[in-house]
Amino acid sequence: MLGRRLGLGLVALALVAGTALAAGPRAGLLVALGIGFGLVLEGLRFGFAGPWRAMIAERDARGLLAQLLAIGLTAALAFPLLAAAPGELQGAHAPVGLAMIGGAFIFGAAMQVVMGCGSGTLVNAGSGNAIGLLALAGFVAGSFLGTLHLGWWTGLGSLPVISAQSLAGAQGGLVLTLGALALVAALLVWRAEPGKRLPARRLFWAAALIAGLAVLNLVIAGQPWGIVYGLGLWGAKLAQAGGADLAANAFWAAPGNAARLEASVLTDVTSLTNIGLILGAFLVMRGRADPGAPVAPLAARGWAGVLIAGLVLGYSARLAFGCNVGAFFSGISTGSLHGWVWFAAAFAGSIWGLKLRPLILVPARRGVAA
Amino acid sequence: MSAPLLTRPRIGLAALTLVAALIVWDAARSGLPDPFRSPAPVALGSGAAPEGAHCSAN
Repeated sequence: MLGRRLGLGLVALALVAGTALAAGPRAGLLVALGIGFGLVLEGLRFGFAGPWRAMIAERDARGLLAQLLAIGLTAALAFPLLAAAPGELQGAHAPVGLAMIGGAFIFGAAMQVVMGCGSGTLVNAGSGNAIGLLALAGFVAGSFLGTLHLGWWTGLGSLPVISAQSLAGAQGGLVLTLGALALVAALLVWRAEPGKRLPARRLFWAAALIAGLAVLNLVIAGQPWGIVYGLGLWGAKLAQAGGADLAANAFWAAPGNAARLEASVLTDVTSLTNIGLILGAFLVMRGRADPGAPVAPLAARGWAGVLIAGLVLGYSARLAFGCNVGAFFSGISTGSLHGWVWFAAAFAGSIWGLKLRPLILVPARRGVAA
Repeated sequence: MSAPLLTRPRIGLAALTLVAALIVWDAARSGLPDPFRSPAPVALGSGAAPEGAHCSAN
């Protein structure tokens, strides 16, 4: 087992070094960060969709409290960094709007159907979950399709970008953010069942490690941790290769996006961390003595439902200006109001999604090939 | 009783294979970036504005 783990570690190091040689040291560092995210998320079983389900269905607040801790720790470092280097670092700030709120609600529902959010879908695919892999294919297609209609959706109405910094300055914004996180944590503790209020030690470690990696992401990339943009870019490249003309589309005609469409995926920040994340989750799964049981097979309409739910995940994440990572985690930890609104809307959507899940994830009948 | 087809190692390897295929296909189509023209290793302190795109971008 030790030999296998050493071998897996060497493979990871070789891929990081290979990326650095091919695309520069920043690209190598971002793949390494992505691997770190994958190792922590899968290795310490730190998730987003699962803890929300636990809070809704079992009034178990432990996982969600760990998420809030990770966000708070990240914010404590990200706010001063953003204030100190405004020309080099940027937050995950986006406007609150009708489509953003609706997108977050639908995302919350879809992530409970496929049992994985933005990061969770990548982790699930890398760790050998067939539902995660199929949902990821849908996610790629959906996040690309979302870019095609983003202008129409945002035209339905949105506020200007509002951040904690714009309301109260850098220091005051941090106090505001940490205070709001503490308030939500207190509400969760109050609502939780006795015995389901204190996160396990591994979740404290995971929260600290995720926060450390998220701050490094900000410092190295100049922007917070994100997932969705990279997946939409992969979809756009595939669509373009299939003959789609994206030059007339407002999103892909924007200079930055057009340049990324022509450049290698190894120059795109979120693509690099996404690739690393899948690899990190795979390494953890292969490094275990028992990689775990495969997911139970679904009926054909169950698999179709997963693909459609993945598509909806990607599309809605694009409208919501991010998923649980780009909007909820990075939005709140860098002061964006849209992160808080995303949290409320997606949590409400999750309640609905839990009711939909058994209707969509139809298991295969025993003895019948799915 | 036959072994299940969709084991975790197989699915995980399939995910990695798809990602590797995407990178290779993209490199053939877009070319590899020039590592000597890549951005500074770390954005903080580089003096350069962030040039990546984020999910929160409009």
